[in-house]
Amino acid sequence: MRTIKGIGVSAGRVLGPALRMPPPVPEPEADARFGADSTVDGEKARLKDAAEDVREDLRHRAETASGDAKAVLDATAMMATDPMLLKAAGKHINAGMAAERAIWEAGLEVAAMLQSLGGYMAERTQDVLDVRARIVAELDGLPAPGIPASDTPFILVAEELAPADTATLDPAKVIGLVTSGGGPQSHTAILARALGLPAVVGAAGSDSLSDGTELYVDGATGTVVAEPGSSEREAAAKYASRVSLPPFSGTGATSDGHRVPLLANVGSGKDAKSAAAAGAEGIGLLRTEFCFLGRDSEPGQEEQVAAYGAVFEAFPGRKVVVRTLDAGADKPLPFLTDTTEPNPALGVRGFRTDRSSPGVLGRQLEAIAIAAGAHEADVWVMAPMISTAEEAADFAVMCTGAGLTMPGVMIEVPAAALMAEAVLSRVRFASLGTNDLTQYTMAADRQLGTLATLNDPWQPAVLQLIRRTVEGARAAEAAIEPGLSPSGTKNVGVCGEAAADPALAVVLTGLGVNTLSMTPRALASVGAVLATVSLAEAQELASVALDAHTAAEARTAVRSRLPVLDELGL
Amino acid sequence: MPERKATIASRVGLHARPASIFAEAAAAQPVDVTIAMEGEPADEALDAASMLSLMSLGASNGDVVVLRAEGEGADEALDALVKILETDLDA
Repeated sequence: MRTIKGIGVSAGRVLGPALRMPPPVPEPEADARFGADSTVDGEKARLKDAAEDVREDLRHRAETASGDAKAVLDATAMMATDPMLLKAAGKHINAGMAAERAIWEAGLEVAAMLQSLGGYMAERTQDVLDVRARIVAELDGLPAPGIPASDTPFILVAEELAPADTATLDPAKVIGLVTSGGGPQSHTAILARALGLPAVVGAAGSDSLSDGTELYVDGATGTVVAEPGSSEREAAAKYASRVSLPPFSGTGATSDGHRVPLLANVGSGKDAKSAAAAGAEGIGLLRTEFCFLGRDSEPGQEEQVAAYGAVFEAFPGRKVVVRTLDAGADKPLPFLTDTTEPNPALGVRGFRTDRSSPGVLGRQLEAIAIAAGAHEADVWVMAPMISTAEEAADFAVMCTGAGLTMPGVMIEVPAAALMAEAVLSRVRFASLGTNDLTQYTMAADRQLGTLATLNDPWQPAVLQLIRRTVEGARAAEAAIEPGLSPSGTKNVGVCGEAAADPALAVVLTGLGVNTLSMTPRALASVGAVLATVSLAEAQELASVALDAHTAAEARTAVRSRLPVLDELGL
Repeated sequence: MPERKATIASRVGLHARPASIFAEAAAAQPVDVTIAMEGEPADEALDAASMLSLMSLGASNGDVVVLRAEGEGADEALDALVKILETDLDA
């Protein structure tokens, strides 16, 4: 029995055999030439056979996959034997290059060509490079890269998952995730929460686990046990037979009836429909990038109106908070962002792109207003990456100009949290983006696994800034002249991953946050836990968390006072 | 050399799903078929059976392309492929 500690990012306790993600396929030697025992034709035949095997393997996997995964696998299968790719490799073989190196070079040439075309083609670059690695692995008898294929369920052990892996992850086979890298905001963590898979990230010791070792994973405490004993077996059995969570009732509230509407984070009309089906009381974060990503030019008004309208349609009479274009840093857009910035997280991103590329935001607001006019949703609009009261005021003016009456801001920059009263005196509401707020407060890149313990929304410094934001909002409300309008409330919501953690959701409620917005899958667990505490108890837990000196202390102290978490296996 | 002109009917143009359907159909023909944008020289035409070539061609909805093939069955092959291009495969 060996225990490995990491960071629990998605609750649940499971047992299963470990299966490792194979290491990346090594680049063949730059001067690899085929030997005297092979010929140009022999080498080409070897390459063709390997490419065909890869195509058949991918086709076979596509047959048992569904949805997005199926489409990705089918398209990649065709690429494996694409004449353009094989002809380019053939030219290198004619010059004496070994098949492995020839396909490596050819893949790079094709990828560069696609990249230069931009837009949709540039997005296919990764598929070509994936196919290239698969062919090299096939030629050299190495395990195929990517999520391993297995007929029986397993716990996936990896360094970190890439966005491309998420399309091919089959939740019927992968029952838990353990990564040595990654943090609470990593791709692995976000994927695990969306799929409801128990997951532990930043488990540095997991690199030494070998295939087939039996593992116990506790995604709430961040514990991984190799060759588990009877107490772990019992815990997993207890989890397997846990009281299943009732679906979310559609009304978020504490046990004494203090209302905390539970909203959903979505990125498209399709997401919005499933969020409505899951009982979401509205949309707390509509990421509008979905309409722009992978584009090399700005989408036209008609296209934007249709895209936003599809979301509004799913929530007639309900609140839908639209976040304007959040380009930059990890979401570059070729027509808005300068990718050569040395420090993009601190660069021209979010609302700041309105200075470098004026017009795009104004046209987006117009499209939102047209779509809002055609539907019955209660449309609120907020700008990302607001740092000052002037920026908040500028955005409010732009919204008013477009005929949008509920302007707000994202609070992600510590400066905006500290100056919340001034910022909120210019706009109608604020939404705390806890992922970026944490990265900026702790000065820790959210993509870096080595900084995962810093990048934790339970950090007391982050909780202090959230409290400060709520206090600022209440002060801004009090400053409004009485009788001026009934709309004097300054709503403060949370739309980061923090809202999806049921224990943290209770703390946020106690801090005075008005609404919580999360991945629709978290609605049931957050709703169930919130319903077991009174507002006074939530306030008590909030002060326990604020008084803690460390993130670990805050989490442990709050969780130990919420026994319902254990009963529900959360 | 037999050739045909065709107007791209798919709304997304000749990439993604339409490109893979067309490439598969071109590969199934008994003759090699090339594709080029109207007005481009024939010796710069691309392999119609390659999805990657089709994607690099970048033909959009409404663009006119020229298909060429030689040998036995060329005319039948071209007619069949024109029909595919002039259908909205993204529907």
